[in-house]
Order: sequence, then C-alpha cells, then structure tokens
Amino acid sequence: MKTLFSYLKAYYARMAAGFTIKTAATVSELMLPLVLSHILKNVLGNSVSDILLWGGMMVLFSVIALVCNITANRMAAKVSRDFAERLRRDLFIKTLRLSAKQTDSFTVPSLESRITTDTYNVHSFINMIQRMGVRAPILLFGGIAVTLFMDAKLALVMIALLPPIFATVYFIRLKGIPLYQKVQRSVDSMISVVREDTRGIRVIKALSKVDHEHRRYDNANRGLVKDELRAGVVMGSVNPVMTFFMNIGSVAVIALGAYFVSKGTSAPENVIAFMQYFTLISMALMSVTRIFVMYTKCSASATRIAQVLESEEDIKVFSENEYPSKTDAAHIVFENVSFSYNGIKNNLENINFSLQKGSSLGIIGATGSGKTTLIKLLLRFYDPDCGNIYINGKNIRTMPKDNFYSMFGTVLQHDFLYADTVGENIEFARDIPRKDVEQAAHTAKAMEFISALNGKFDYVLAQHGANISGGQKQRLLISRALAAKPQILILDDSSSALDYKTDAALRKALSEDLCDTTLVTVAQRVSSVKNCDLILVIDEGRIIGAGKHEDLLNTCPEYSEISESQMGGAFVD
Amino acid sequence: MTDARNEKRPARGIFLRLCGYIMKHWYLFIPAVIFTLLSNQLALLGPKFSGDAIDAIAGDTVDFATVNNSIVSMLICYAASAVLSYVLSVIMVLMSQKIVYTMRKQVFEKLLSLPVGYFDTHQTGDIISHISYDIDTVNSTLSHDLVQIMTSVYTVVGSLVFMWNISPPMIAVFAITVPAAILFTRYRSKVVRPLFSARSKRLGELNGYAEEMLTGCRTIQVYAREEKIGERFNTRNKDAMDAYYKADYHGAIMGPSVNFINNMSLSLIMILGGILYMLSQNGIVKAGTLFFITLGGIAEFVQYSRKFAGPINEFANILTELQSAFSAAERIFRVIDEEPEPADRKNAKELCDVHGLVELQNVVFGYTPEKTILKDISFTAQPGKTIAIVGPTGAGKTTVINLLMRFYDINDGQIHMDGKNAYDITRSSLRRAYTMVLQDTWLFKGTIRENIAYGRENATLDEVKAAAKTARIDSYIESLPDGYDTVLTDDGVNISKGQRQLITIARAIISDSRMLILDEATSNVDSRTEIKIQEAMNVLMKGRTCFVIAHRLSTIKNADTILVIRDGKITESGTHDELIKSGGFYSSLYNSQYE
Repeated sequence: MKTLFSYLKAYYARMAAGFTIKTAATVSELMLPLVLSHILKNVLGNSVSDILLWGGMMVLFSVIALVCNITANRMAAKVSRDFAERLRRDLFIKTLRLSAKQTDSFTVPSLESRITTDTYNVHSFINMIQRMGVRAPILLFGGIAVTLFMDAKLALVMIALLPPIFATVYFIRLKGIPLYQKVQRSVDSMISVVREDTRGIRVIKALSKVDHEHRRYDNANRGLVKDELRAGVVMGSVNPVMTFFMNIGSVAVIALGAYFVSKGTSAPENVIAFMQYFTLISMALMSVTRIFVMYTKCSASATRIAQVLESEEDIKVFSENEYPSKTDAAHIVFENVSFSYNGIKNNLENINFSLQKGSSLGIIGATGSGKTTLIKLLLRFYDPDCGNIYINGKNIRTMPKDNFYSMFGTVLQHDFLYADTVGENIEFARDIPRKDVEQAAHTAKAMEFISALNGKFDYVLAQHGANISGGQKQRLLISRALAAKPQILILDDSSSALDYKTDAALRKALSEDLCDTTLVTVAQRVSSVKNCDLILVIDEGRIIGAGKHEDLLNTCPEYSEISESQMGGAFVD
Repeated sequence: MTDARNEKRPARGIFLRLCGYIMKHWYLFIPAVIFTLLSNQLALLGPKFSGDAIDAIAGDTVDFATVNNSIVSMLICYAASAVLSYVLSVIMVLMSQKIVYTMRKQVFEKLLSLPVGYFDTHQTGDIISHISYDIDTVNSTLSHDLVQIMTSVYTVVGSLVFMWNISPPMIAVFAITVPAAILFTRYRSKVVRPLFSARSKRLGELNGYAEEMLTGCRTIQVYAREEKIGERFNTRNKDAMDAYYKADYHGAIMGPSVNFINNMSLSLIMILGGILYMLSQNGIVKAGTLFFITLGGIAEFVQYSRKFAGPINEFANILTELQSAFSAAERIFRVIDEEPEPADRKNAKELCDVHGLVELQNVVFGYTPEKTILKDISFTAQPGKTIAIVGPTGAGKTTVINLLMRFYDINDGQIHMDGKNAYDITRSSLRRAYTMVLQDTWLFKGTIRENIAYGRENATLDEVKAAAKTARIDSYIESLPDGYDTVLTDDGVNISKGQRQLITIARAIISDSRMLILDEATSNVDSRTEIKIQEAMNVLMKGRTCFVIAHRLSTIKNADTILVIRDGKITESGTHDELIKSGGFYSSLYNSQYE
C-alpha cells in the first residue's frame, strides 16, 4: 500500500477538494431525517406555511445532495483515472525491463494479471474509497451523533446493536472469500479440461475416447457445482441476517421508545425519526464492511504491483575498473564461462571460444544441452557465475544497455510476432527506412511470400502471426533481425520450419549480403551449420567438439553420428 | 429498426427455453415461488405493526397492550421472513446449480461431438468463455435476479396496497415521482450503456495488447524497445482510461439522482402528509374519511414508500442484467444447436480384422468451397508398407491425413479401406484402426501412466513400462521422484518438448493398431535422441501401414513409396532412389541440404 500512496500524493489536493464536496453532500443527506423529525415534532399542527417552509428545506437539502454528490463522484473518477493510468504505464515499462531471472520468478501470466486485474482492482478501490469511503463513515458517525443529540438513551440502545451486525456481516464475508477462492480453483480445473480437449480433439476422436472425456469433464463439473453450492449456501445468509438485525433494531427502538414515552422521557416523534436513522446507519455499516472486504482485495493487489515496481535491476552496468577490457581481442570472446540456473548443477561449464569479426559460429547439440543458455549469456539475459564474455575487447558487463543491444540482430527460439502490419513487425518500433526493411526481407528470403500477400508490407498479421505459416514467420523474424544492419546476428533455432531448399538459399544470401556481420547460429540440422567457420558441438553444458565441418566428421564421433543420421550417410566429398 | 425487431423475436424463444430448464426442476421452483411470496408478505406486515405500535405510543397514554402485541407480531414476522428468505436463497442456489450443471454438460458433450473443423475455425478462448463466463452469467440471473424480480413485483404491489389502505390521496405523490424515476433511469441507461460497453471493449484491447507484448518481453529487450513499446501501450492505456472516465462521468449521475428522486418523494409526502395530519388534528377532516391520517399512519406510509421505491430504482439494473443473461444464453444455445458430425450411414459396418490396405481414387477436397486444396489425388497403400508424403508448406500433406481419419469429408472421389468404401464403415471403428503421432504433442493433466495408457483402456503397468522402454523414455520416467505416477501439469510444461513427444510415441506404441500416421512426429526430438528412437520407430512401423510426413529427409528416405504433392496433385511418386534419379522436385529438395 505504501507504493500506492506515493502514487496518490500528486492528487492529494484534488482528493481533498473532492472529500469536502462529498462531505457537504453527505451532511445534507443527514439533515433530511433531522428536518423530518422536526416537522413531525414541532411543525405539524402549526400552519400550512410552516409545513411548506420545512418541506421546502427538505427539497433544498435534496438538491444540494444531488449536485454535490454528482460533482464529487466525477472528481473522484477523474483522480482515479489519472492515478491508474500512471500506475499502469510505469508498471508495464518496469515489467518490460525485468531481467530474465526476475521474469522467470514472477512468471509471465502472473505479470500479466498484475498489469490487468490487479491494477483494475486498485483503480476501482481508489474510485470507490473516494465516494463510499467518505459517505459511509459520515453517515455512520453523523447518524449516531445526531441520534445521541436527539435522545441519548434511545441512541445507546441502537448503538449497542451495531457491533453484532458489523461482526456478523464481516465474519460471513470473510468466510466467503476462501470459499470463492476454492470455487475459482474448481473453475480453473474445469476450464483446463475444456482447453485440453479442444486442443487434443484429433487425438480424442482418433482414439475414440469421447466417453472417457465425458467422465473426466463430469468429475470437474461436479466438483465445481459442489464448491459453488457451498459458497452459495454461506453467502446466501448475508442478506437475511442483515435484514433481520436491522428489523430487530427497529423493534427494540419501538419497545424501549414505548417505555421511555410512558415515563415522559421521550416523544413518539423521536421514535419515528429513530427508525429512519436506524435504516440509514445500518446501510452505512453495510458499506463499511464492503469497504473492508474491498480493502483486503486491493491491498493484496497493491502488494503484487509493488513487488514488481520495487524489484531492483539485477543486471547492472559495472565500471571498467571492476571488469577490465582486453586489448588484443577478437569480436566475440568467451573465457572460462560457467553458469547454472539453479546453483546446483552447471548448465554450462568452462566454455571457451573466440570469433573474428565477420566470421560465423554454428552451435549444435541435443535439446537441453545448453545451446540456448549460451546465447542467453551472450545477450546478457543472465550473467555467468564465473568467467567473462567480451565483445570488441570490452567485458559485456561494462556496456550500457542501449549501446549493447544496438549491436545485435536477434531471432530467439519461439520468437514473437504481433498483431500489426508485416512492415511494422520487421521495423519493430525502430524508425527504419522502408528501403532497409525491404532489403532485409529480400536477404531473409521473405520477399517472395510478402509480395504475394494482400497489401504486401501492409498486410496485417493476427496475434502471434497465426495467419502465416511457421516458415513464413521465421523468415519475417530474420528480416527483423537484419533490418538495422547489426554487427552480430544471432539465430537461435530460427530456420527449423524452413524446408531444406529455402534454408540453403537463406544461408547463401546471409553469407553474401552480410560479409561484415558476425553470425551465430544455433541449430539441430547439420545442414544449417555445416558451412560455419567454427562449429561447437555441445553436450550436457560442455564443448565436446570444435572446428569446421570436415574436421569434426573425423574428430568428433557424436557429430559424425548426427550428420550421418540426418544426411543419410551418403555424404562423401 | 429491423435489427431491433429481429432481436426481439429470438428473445422469446430463449426465454421459453430457459423456462424449460427451470420447469424441469418444478419441485424446487414452485416452493421457491411460494416462499418468495410468504417471506415478502411477512416483511410487508412489519411496518403495519410498527405503525400500530407508534399510534399506541402516540396516544395520550401509552397503550402497552397494543405495543406488546405489535412487538411480538413484528418479531415473529421478521424472524419468519429471515428464515424463509434464507431457505429460499438456498433453494434457488440448488436449482440454478442443477441447471448450470446440465448446461455445462450439454455444451461440453456437444463440443466433443462436433466435427474437427469447428475447432479449426473457433478460438479456444471463445469456446472457454461460453462454457464458463456465459454460463456463469445465466447462473447468477437464475439464482439471484429471478428471486429479485419476484420480490420486486410483490413488494411494489404489496406496498401500494398497504399505502392505499393508509391514505389514498398521498399516493398521488408517486404519480409524479415514479414516472420520473422510470423515465430518468431508462433515458440514462440508454446514454450510459454504450459507454460501458465501449469501456469494456477498450479494456479488453488493452489487456490483449499487454498480454501480446509480454510474451515478446525478451525480444523487446534485445532490441532495446522498452520505451517505444511502453509509449504505444500507454496510448491504449489512455484510451481505456478515458473510456472508463467517460462511463464513470455519466454513470456518476445515476445514484445521486435516484436518491434525489427518493428524497423528493419523501419531502412531498411530508408536506402533503403534514397538511392532511393538521387538518385531521383540527377536526376538519373526520376520522374514517378519505383524507384522514394519524401520526402512525405517516410513519407507516414513509416506511412503505421506501420499500416501494427500492425495486423501482433497481428496475433499470435488473433490465440490463436480464439482457446480458439473455444474450449469454443465446450464445450457449448456439453451441448446443451446432450440427454434430453426421451420423454413420445406416448400413455402416464395424471395421474388424484390419489388413491395412488403403486406396484413394480421384479425391477432391477443399476446406471451403472457394478453395480446393486437393485437386485429384489417387494412390494405394499396400498393407505393411510405408508411404511418405513430401511437399511444400500448404500443399495439403496434413489434409490427406485429415481425410484418411475422416476428420473432414471428401468432396469427390473415393476412399477404400481393405476394399470397403470408407464411408460404409463406422467412423469410430475406422479411426480406431489408426494410431497417430502428431507434431503438436497432446498430453492432459494426469499421471504419466494415465497419459501413456490413454492409447488402450485397461493397459497394465507392465505394458505401459514396456511401451515407455521401447520409446526410450523409460529411464527418464524412472528417474522422476514419483516415476510413472508423476502428474503432468497443464500441457505438460514441467517436461521438455522432446520428452513430451516421446510419451506420445509410447502412447502410440501401446495402442497397437494396424495403421500408423506420423505427422512430423519427431520434429521436437533432437537428432541424437531421434537416432536412439529410430529403432523403436522401426519396431512400431513394422507390419503396419504407415503414413509419414516429415521435414527431415532422413525419416523419409526409407519409405516404400514417396509421394510428392504440389498444387493439390501428386507430381512424383516412387522410392527414394527412383526419385533422386528422375531429378525432379524431390531430388532438388534432397540435394539442397548439401549446398
């Protein structure tokens, strides 16, 4: 909640103004029953003009309440809009800046719900608290004050009833929260069956497992119904209990009122006014319990938001004194690099290689061998546990983020395309001239299919590029990587969906068009890396073979085994 | 105008259909109606007794006998009303849960009976929102709004009757305020409703954008585009927040205005009532005549007027909720009314003792009438032989598989299984004759054992283990702390893609059918693992008719027949050596890996 308040600070003046107006509105509403009881007590029986005068007062207070309430509500809406807009923007940018390690520990779906649901919760709470948060306490305490002033003894009777009402309602609501959480979990497991089955419909039909799936779904469905029933049975008691308490209150007022009136210590008009106040006060009490429940929800959301906003940048830029440069270095150098994700088992161990400018590196190995981890270290998603990585002689820990990343053109594994035009997906918010975009598409062999698209570069992709094929996606991603003419091009398993022919043409174009660019390719196909100047064969985090294709065929049995299996062993050259 | 008229007519159909669901549980619904009436009647009696009590108090001396009677009556009424309304809400929850259970079941079972094409053209998210969100909307209307409506009607009519009994002239106040309230709320909701739907639309867009960009978080970082993307996000954020504000700005009038109208009627009642009371006190109006009123009468009237005003204020809200429930119900019924896969032909027979002879003759097919994918496909797969299908992306390789499995029906031509027309065979027995391993590995939430045994009901643990051993995944599974009882979480994210694929291969091994379809089956397995399981695949393929689609030519090379599909036709067919010799598309594809 502390972070929230720091965001709210800018709006304190406006909120204060809103509070004042809201207070005026609420006080006017409180005046109504007061005037009403005054009419009943003193005015009735006087004269018509008096009745009209005091009746007119009621109308006046109603008008004041109307105007002030609307104004205050609108001001509250404006404050909460400005607040939520700023909070969500900062949260989003901060989220984009989180390191890979941080994103992993938060997880993407959770980050997403912090930007959407949690911010929404906070937004509506801030909006509500400015309206109900003023109105309910004033109605509650103002109402009590007025009744105390009117008739202290009757008021005490009424006040005595408030704590049990509050306690009961608060207790039921609180009990309801875990019940609804349980319902939510059951909903999730019901949905997960539906999601699984819509995805696996072919398998289900192929294996004729429809009845089996009916049973599986039925279990989830029954579980959900059970939990919803339980929650419904508990929560269904809130209204009857609340109404009952309120009615008991009015009965008590009448019973004691009769006693006091008979003793001459109270007037029958007071009893009528008290019943009005009692309704008002219990309504206010209901609002207060609602505020409490919403507060629990909001503070949970606020904490989740603050966790992201306050997380410290863990990929820092260091000075060259701490991480000195090398003078005689090649373009990219890995020096004794080891790294572990969990600190138990090394995912990369003692990696050494150096790469000259304009040359190419191919990395091959089994899934889970550490190929992508190596790329992630080169891109500084993580820092190595020991060893150093140098680019142009500089330790990458010393390079400011923007300078560092401007050197790269990168296609990650499962990289992303988004719902926008083809041109925009290549340009990627970088203000690259159209000429360069086209050139990049040309080199990446994407031009042929782009020109066949309706609208060419203005063709709009669906989310995740769902309306183009896997091979087309990969070529667009490579175009994106090439568009800014990077010093270093990284392709992590990014031509796997291309057929051999297109893949070969792409390799050829890359080597011809980008002779100054240093190329790093991760692949599973031998044919994708076999023309590289250096090929690293990685197995369980270690380099088990390094050299050119022809050398490795002789020196690295694992490599020749892969090559043989993929290329049919017919490769004698 | 025509739109509005079209909308109205199905509304009645939907309403009747919903009534059908309710009436199935008449034994709950009828008591519910009775309880609603009783509990409201009791609640309405309360103010009556309190009015009597106040009159008894307001007399020259307090009439304790009447006061006590009234208090006892009030207590009984209120307690009984509370119990009744609680029982009522439990009954309604019970009933709505029964209905919702049935609806979910109907929607789900309908879904599984739909042709595969439905899932290709409808997004998973949409399907899920029908079965959860839409049904929830209907649920809350049934369990909550229904009672609310009954209560409202009863309360409005009941209070009116009581007020009439107290003082008919004072009801004149409502002749002004009620129409004002109704006209106002209807007018406002017409203004505000589009604003609120615009607001949820904008918010949906914002969420969609955030979700999309977050999946690309790493990419945005490697291109250092955080600021730029942040700016773009914020324009959407601003739009959404403005839409929010606009709805709030106009919505802010509602509550205070409704309160205002209530306060106004209270003021008018006090003025009118005050004058009448004065006249009654002065003796100008005689007791028992139309305009006569007592102090208790005014108090009673005020209480009933509050009861009366409540439902009228809620009128607009309930109307909106009903509308959204109706449109949700319409979406649900649309799924339930969807055409299932056509039934098997009348003379369709079970396919038994499968040999595995598959023939396609002049098959023509397109997913839509406008675009034919397969123009003229004919080939024969002899029992136990392997057919590989090669071709550029989008040529229709997977389409052939879809037709073999009868996921889609052909437009023209014929498919024969063991010499019988495939359409004279029951769909389920035809499908059982095949085993599929697809590129999209599909595992469900359950143990590894259940996932493997999914291929054959009541497979023993030993059989499961044997299959896993053949698929070379056995030692990995044994290394897990829970072994074969390890629960795979949603979509099996806790194991690698390659391992998931091996589990699906184990599933295929255990299912033991005569024909096998491998659609990019090893694309997620790295080459070294592929070498290891190749042997297993050979065992699996032995003696079965196999259809293979693969990117890796090494997988294809050993096929008995290789078919090259281009532009919807088979352009080349033969063994690897024959096709290499002929120097067509296949040979250029094959040789390109050496370039």
